Amino acid sequence: MTDERDLRVRDMIQANKRTVTFNSIIEKCIPTILFIIAIISILTTIGILFTLIRETIYFFRDVPFLDFFTGTKLKPLGDAAEFGILPLLTGTFISSAIAMLVAIPIGLMSAVFLSEYASDKVRRILKPILEVLAGIPTIVYGFFAFTFVTPLLNRFIPMLEPTNILSPGLVMGVMIIPMIASLSEDAMSSVPNAMREGALGLGSTKLEVTWRVVIPAAMSGIISSFVLGISRAIGETMIVAIASGSSKNFTFDVTQSMQTMTAYIVEVTGGDAPAGSTLYYSLYAVAFTLFVFTLIMNLIAQYISKKFREGY
Amino acid sequence: MTTLTDSVEVTDSTKEDKNIVYDTKNLNLWYGDDQALRDINLQITENEVTAIIGPSGCGKSTYLKTLNRMVELVPVVRTSGEILYRGKNIFDKTYQVETLRTNVGMVFQKPNPFPKSIYDNIAYGPRIHGIKNKKILDEIVEKSLRGAAIWDEVKDRLKDNAYGMSGGQQQRLCIARCLAIEPDVILMDEPTSALDPISTLKVEDLIQELKKSYSIIIVTHNMQQAARISDKTAFFLSGEVIEFSDTDKMFSNPKNKQTEDYITGRFG
Repeated sequence: MTDERDLRVRDMIQANKRTVTFNSIIEKCIPTILFIIAIISILTTIGILFTLIRETIYFFRDVPFLDFFTGTKLKPLGDAAEFGILPLLTGTFISSAIAMLVAIPIGLMSAVFLSEYASDKVRRILKPILEVLAGIPTIVYGFFAFTFVTPLLNRFIPMLEPTNILSPGLVMGVMIIPMIASLSEDAMSSVPNAMREGALGLGSTKLEVTWRVVIPAAMSGIISSFVLGISRAIGETMIVAIASGSSKNFTFDVTQSMQTMTAYIVEVTGGDAPAGSTLYYSLYAVAFTLFVFTLIMNLIAQYISKKFREGY
Repeated sequence: MTTLTDSVEVTDSTKEDKNIVYDTKNLNLWYGDDQALRDINLQITENEVTAIIGPSGCGKSTYLKTLNRMVELVPVVRTSGEILYRGKNIFDKTYQVETLRTNVGMVFQKPNPFPKSIYDNIAYGPRIHGIKNKKILDEIVEKSLRGAAIWDEVKDRLKDNAYGMSGGQQQRLCIARCLAIEPDVILMDEPTSALDPISTLKVEDLIQELKKSYSIIIVTHNMQQAARISDKTAFFLSGEVIEFSDTDKMFSNPKNKQTEDYITGRFG
């Protein structure tokens, strides 16, 4: 009993005062430490950007700016080397366009199904499966495009080349579906039910509610998912590197082999580009162009998600 | 004598002749295993305000949502009995729920405008029912907003997002949205519970005005409101209709002990 009365909490807290001062020092240091950690990623980005720009400037000493952006011939090796980026740009855009033609309709329709039509039970099963698709390594998709999709397409399109842009474009689309479906579904299911009820109460059918109320209300999220999908397609490397080969064709024929910006970087870094050569610097110029494109895409995404916001 | 009785009978029968909009017969409703409505029998008359009062969880909102089958949005709902709307059973397999909801408008507890402009909110209903002519839509928008007594407040900002309006304005906008497709009946689910007293008064005045052309069924938590605005009142308790009569009668001289306890504030 006496022992218990001696157990004075206030005294114990007093006795621990030393720890309290120590704790307050730590408290003061924490923001600084966290700031340093947080800034690492920003500094890294700045570092990468700095290197890219520096080496790109070196490249433009060898190759005129205009030749690079308007040249339709890319022939990096040999005596009469030519560095026109247009073949890479068309390759990148065509493969991305094919991918988005697959991914946007299918992704959006899946999102509509999951958010508006599926029962809770079905959604709980389907959504995780869809998200697993997003976890498949892209090299597997590339392999799949080369060994399965191309031979399959060849049955319907006899003139299809063994390496072509069509097959990796389609497979890239499949790869992006889960991303668009998942992000769009999130945007649609966060539209309050009160709005659906309001529309149903006016005699709308379910399709009218989805099309005229839910999708417009979720538009900013949906468009952002599209733009993120596009930047993913532009930046995708392995699938096109494997299944589209390395012909630097300047063409719009999807049955032919084309090279994308990313695949070019893979090819050149895979070979022996002597440091300081124009070939070596061309890597940086292409990488910088790629960086600018993805940056623009991200800016567009931000702008659109602000502009199309139907605030509720 | 005979003439007098006759004339009384005549007045009675004209009263009877006032059209019945909704005739509910032995309605039971379950959410899963919980019975929410028990053996409801109610007749709703044309161009009157019928108030439904009762404590929380008594089934009054459920009943209201059954009248336009919105209650079916809850997946586990089952019903038995029938509700005749203009003589047709709304639970009939061949009855189109969209047609019912086009004729029976609904105003919800919390204002729920669409995240669109004021104009597009009103034009939504006419548009989904196939009215596309810009001129006609303009007229409908003005007429509906005037009908909901909000035209003067918003006529200069029809293109603004409806979410920039105050709560009371949003609720009147929702009423206007409902008027835009000229319904026959308007169901109101505690339409003023999220509003301040001044907005409440405006909505109540509006209801009095709307009564001339619409039949209104209003669920309310507020007994004074029921007394102020309704012609008939139904008192619900534990999913049953305890009393249904003229509002004056119910509030001055309730027949049932439970009704009296409730309206005098002894519980609920």
